[in-house]
Amino acid sequence: MPTRSFHEEIAANRRFSLMLTGLVTFILVALGLTIGAAIGQPLIGLGIAVFLAFIQIMVLWTAGSSLALLDAGATRIEHSDNPMLFNVVEEMSIAAGQPMPKVYVIESDSMNAFATGMSPDKSAIAVTRGLLNHLNRYELQGVVAHEMSHIRNSDTRMMITVAVMVGSIVMLSDLFLRGFLRAGFRGRGGGGKKGGAEAIILIAALVFALLALIIAPMLQFAVSRKRELLADASAVELTRYPSALANALKKLTYENTPFKEAGKAFQHFYIVNPARPVSGGGGLYSTHPPIEERIRRLQEMALEYPEPEQEKRK
Amino acid sequence: MESWVILVIVAGLVIVLLLWFFGTYNGLVSLRNQVKNAWSQIDVQLKRRHDLIPNLVEACKGYMKFEQSTLEKVIQARNMAMSAQGVEQSAKAENMLTGALKSLFALVESYPDLKAQQNVGQLMEELASTENKISFARQFYNDSVMRYNTRIQQIPANIVAGMGNFTAEEFFEVESAEERIAPKVDLNIG
Repeated sequence: MPTRSFHEEIAANRRFSLMLTGLVTFILVALGLTIGAAIGQPLIGLGIAVFLAFIQIMVLWTAGSSLALLDAGATRIEHSDNPMLFNVVEEMSIAAGQPMPKVYVIESDSMNAFATGMSPDKSAIAVTRGLLNHLNRYELQGVVAHEMSHIRNSDTRMMITVAVMVGSIVMLSDLFLRGFLRAGFRGRGGGGKKGGAEAIILIAALVFALLALIIAPMLQFAVSRKRELLADASAVELTRYPSALANALKKLTYENTPFKEAGKAFQHFYIVNPARPVSGGGGLYSTHPPIEERIRRLQEMALEYPEPEQEKRK
Repeated sequence: MESWVILVIVAGLVIVLLLWFFGTYNGLVSLRNQVKNAWSQIDVQLKRRHDLIPNLVEACKGYMKFEQSTLEKVIQARNMAMSAQGVEQSAKAENMLTGALKSLFALVESYPDLKAQQNVGQLMEELASTENKISFARQFYNDSVMRYNTRIQQIPANIVAGMGNFTAEEFFEVESAEERIAPKVDLNIG
């Protein structure tokens, strides 16, 4: 098995997700322009596309982060409520050089965790009761390190931004295609003495809108999967103990039950998909990478780090 | 007319150069401050360790009648660490304290009644976590030093670093490679 340092993992995942985000932005701009061109005003189309995305991003950046906590029914805890969990979070915030996030517990037997917050100083980490009951301290630390990495890498902000752009693309394409169908049925073809160039632009815009409708969500899920791998690798940078996170992921996959209360919109926040942790991941429309791949990558990194003393004794 | 164009180009270049200089300089300042801050974080955790130790020793005293020497060693190492002067001496003393604490932790493991006591369990968790925090703070300090040192050595930032007296910071050395790996203490509480 080849070894791979977390530095390489982090750099590769960061490059790739930036590329994908760039591509989503490009599609949004191009779609605005082409749809605009089809109705004769490219700049108006672009203006609408950018405005749509901008407004939603502004709203979500101010209110979005607390929604995930509300959705999961998480309660905030302090040090005295659960010293070990609180300490583990504090340890990871020190390792990452980040401000201490708020700590939340979700009363559910399912094992899961997520991080949220638009900036590191307003962030929060939530874990389920099941996670606290079934993981040892090392494994819990690995999971918290993964979440701390989401915070450090500004993943909440990135994922919400991408989701909004993709949402805008879908909305625009949908509106345009519907508008065209309606106009088409009204027998607009009768007055069709317009030039060939306009028809070509119209067809191009139609094809583009259809393609964008299919591809944009795919890109969103690809970004989500990349950010998960990135958080796994960054977690290793914090704990220097990849096997613990690998063990935790195994438990979260093979010994877990679904966390049904989690809303569909928030699935990509969690460390494993709360709806179906067992069969989780891999497809083009999956929020998470296949668990086997995540574990394999962690094991490759594990070869670089010897086990801590205490663990060897057992 | 031509001289006017040249003047604008030169002025533009100077402005760009100045902006780059300020940007790089400020970047270096914040990296250096991060190193300083990371260092003081280690001190915060070391201080917390010193504060916690007497409580744990007090709680263990009654149970460990036959292990007084281990407890005394911990107290001794703590007092030495607190009175140590200078970076080198205190690093040495803190390492001794880490060793003494490890043997105390191992000892507590062999007294299940003691560990089951709520306040002892809590103190152990706090101290164990503080041990982890110390090594994570050191790890972050070294990461920060590496980022800073790399930056001041790279072209062209090294020019700015030379002009602004940015000198390389020292890494926190640990005796063995094993020492670098955190966490070192696992209590398996809960």
